[in-house]
Amino acid sequence: MTAQSWGLLALFLAVTLLAVKPLGLYLARVMEGEPIAGLGAGARLEALIYRLCGIDPAAQMGWKRYALALLVCNALGALLLYALQRLQYWLPLNPQHLAGPAPDSAFNTAVSFSTNTNWQSYLPETTMSYLTQMAGLAVQNFLSAATGIVVAIALIRGLARHSARTIGNFWVDLTRVTLYVLLPIAAVLALVLVSQGVIQNFSAYRRATLLQPVTDQQPALNSAGKPLTNAAGEPLMQTVTTRTQTLPMGPVASQEAIKELGTNGGGFFNANSAHPFENPTALTNLLEMLAIALIPAALTYAFGYMVGDTRQGWAVLAAMVIMFVGLYAVCNHSEQRGNPQLAALGVNQTPSSEQSGGNMEGKEVRFGIAGSTLFATVATVTSTGAVDSMHDSYMPLGGMVPLFDMMLGEVVFGGVGSGLYSMLIFAIIGVFIAGLMIGRTPEYLGKKIEAFEMKMSAIAILVMPFIVLTGTAVAVSVAAGRAGTANPGAHGFSEILYAFTSAGNNNGSAFAGISADTTFYNTSLAIVMWLGRFWPIVAVLAIAGSLAAKRRIPVSAGTMPTHGPTFVVLLIGTVLLVGALTFVPALALGPIVEHLMLWSH
Amino acid sequence: MKTILRPALTLLLALTVITGVIYPLIITGVAQVAFPVQANGSLIMRDGRLIGSRLIGQPFSAPRYFWSRPSASSPQPYNGLDSGGSNLGPLNPALIAEVKARIAALRAADPGNDAPIPVDLVTASGSGLDPDISLAAAYYQADRIARARGLSVAQVRALIAAHARGGELGVLGDPRVNVLELNLALDAMK
Repeated sequence: MTAQSWGLLALFLAVTLLAVKPLGLYLARVMEGEPIAGLGAGARLEALIYRLCGIDPAAQMGWKRYALALLVCNALGALLLYALQRLQYWLPLNPQHLAGPAPDSAFNTAVSFSTNTNWQSYLPETTMSYLTQMAGLAVQNFLSAATGIVVAIALIRGLARHSARTIGNFWVDLTRVTLYVLLPIAAVLALVLVSQGVIQNFSAYRRATLLQPVTDQQPALNSAGKPLTNAAGEPLMQTVTTRTQTLPMGPVASQEAIKELGTNGGGFFNANSAHPFENPTALTNLLEMLAIALIPAALTYAFGYMVGDTRQGWAVLAAMVIMFVGLYAVCNHSEQRGNPQLAALGVNQTPSSEQSGGNMEGKEVRFGIAGSTLFATVATVTSTGAVDSMHDSYMPLGGMVPLFDMMLGEVVFGGVGSGLYSMLIFAIIGVFIAGLMIGRTPEYLGKKIEAFEMKMSAIAILVMPFIVLTGTAVAVSVAAGRAGTANPGAHGFSEILYAFTSAGNNNGSAFAGISADTTFYNTSLAIVMWLGRFWPIVAVLAIAGSLAAKRRIPVSAGTMPTHGPTFVVLLIGTVLLVGALTFVPALALGPIVEHLMLWSH
Repeated sequence: MKTILRPALTLLLALTVITGVIYPLIITGVAQVAFPVQANGSLIMRDGRLIGSRLIGQPFSAPRYFWSRPSASSPQPYNGLDSGGSNLGPLNPALIAEVKARIAALRAADPGNDAPIPVDLVTASGSGLDPDISLAAAYYQADRIARARGLSVAQVRALIAAHARGGELGVLGDPRVNVLELNLALDAMK
């Protein structure tokens, strides 16, 4: 690793950690229903919304009603997004007159964006109108993020309250998170991004005259747009001179901001955050990474504050940061080392004051190895799935890190809300294991962990490996699944494994060579995304309800502390053992075998 | 169920209006006033014609211009409607074949230059629209440009150094030059 790679990591972590306490306090205030200073207009808007929607903000919900409200609201959101895509041709703000996507693609996208996944099987530049992007996709970026946060808050309330029958009001929680947390931060970030060059307009696409016309060989197409072939079945080539370049336009910055802040990740353009109009400079790259990590990191402080012991939050955050540094180091080292096959051709991959060197296939020069690998790690330990470099072209072990990040269940920072609630489930499993070892009834934060909590924790944790591995097994067994791979051999298997891991964890990044816009992948991945999102959420809310009803046991000499280094080690061990061992055989078939093949040449 | 459906539907519509219509319109309004150049694509005009964006790379193949990085967009390189990378894995024989062809093209355009070729000049970018090349990739091409334009190598290297960027805050941004700006500067030298 270069000094620059360490320096960028240090800068990123320093800013993130400095923001944890103030932002965490703010989050806790918002979620405890306190008035927010300086946002008086927000309070009036909030009251107006409740009146229009017939919501009684003082009413509290039990966990079943909270879960039902959440599921209905998200299902309706998915339906609305489906309708918007299918109708976009007849709706305004469509200067390119783009027809709507096909039913299976629109279904996949609707599920994908409402589950905070943002898996994209479509090419945005030539598929989605400005209206679909901003009033459909970006709205789900806000709402799915808010949904994740309120589930985490409900679980925290379950731990903080005692002898209570309710865990909050879903409508109020959703509204307050959106109005007071996501909207203001996204607005500021969007304007900073514009100042750096991210576009924000409603113009039709622009056409520029190239400085130098370029002539090259391109496949000849028939009138239906299909490639022509000669008698031997080889594609017919024709010489084409290109004199112009079409520059796509659109309201990008407003969407880019919430895409990162809500750990969504769905790009306005196909190249996602590698596209210069989404991520023009090294500074915007840093800001986008910070936007991803800020809320998940700050939620750990909100957690500690709301349960009345901030050390609890710091312990969880410490476990996250330790795993994060290790994952980044492996990814960065692997990419900086470069590709031995290119070295054999005499290509210079050595870092110097004139280049970043390393494996630059699929990476942008302005980000280099440090900015690319840090972004890849940040976006996959969280549920973001944005990419500023193409993971499919990473070295085998470098590409295994994003895959492994997701397989951990996205608990290192994790998705907004989903990271914290998943990590707290691991904490519950951790104290249960520790309790078994020392022969005491396990308890966490004064709450006894009993059979019901353990059943629900097991469901919440095991759903993901179950659907990921089943989905992968089905896909490699049927021709429709195998047909999608772009690379031969073990790497093709990795592409399929990555797709289902990404869907099951609601990440949304891809080994993007895979051709996923087929009925098979659109349908199977949509099912995996929906189950991977809402099955654990219902289990977590059930735990929240059950914990809220319990009495609080006072701390005694026999209580295992859950804020010291011992607990941090226990938590990391639980995540690695429970979360990751499940996937070792699958990883051995993909990236590990590929690594051995590459370096044995 | 009705007590759930009504707030679900109305709240969804209310938040759609706020986050999906009002928010992007306000951001667009402020951006167009405060940062009109950036908000509209950092466009470059010459003689009243749009000739590109400072942020979006263009393909070059003539010896007198600095070449951009290879682009995986199709059907032509640097197609603004098909951003994305090659997605070729590191072991894929197709990747090795493409790199070999790019090395051959660079060597053919600059016979006698046996320096090792900087990696970004023979690998496709993530976006297919990368506007930059590394400083090393620019210096590698200096001899060829000087010969094709009748300039001294020192003049070309000075031009590269004048356009070099990178290392913001010590750790941000790799050493690089913007290819389109560099080539426009070359054209302006005569």
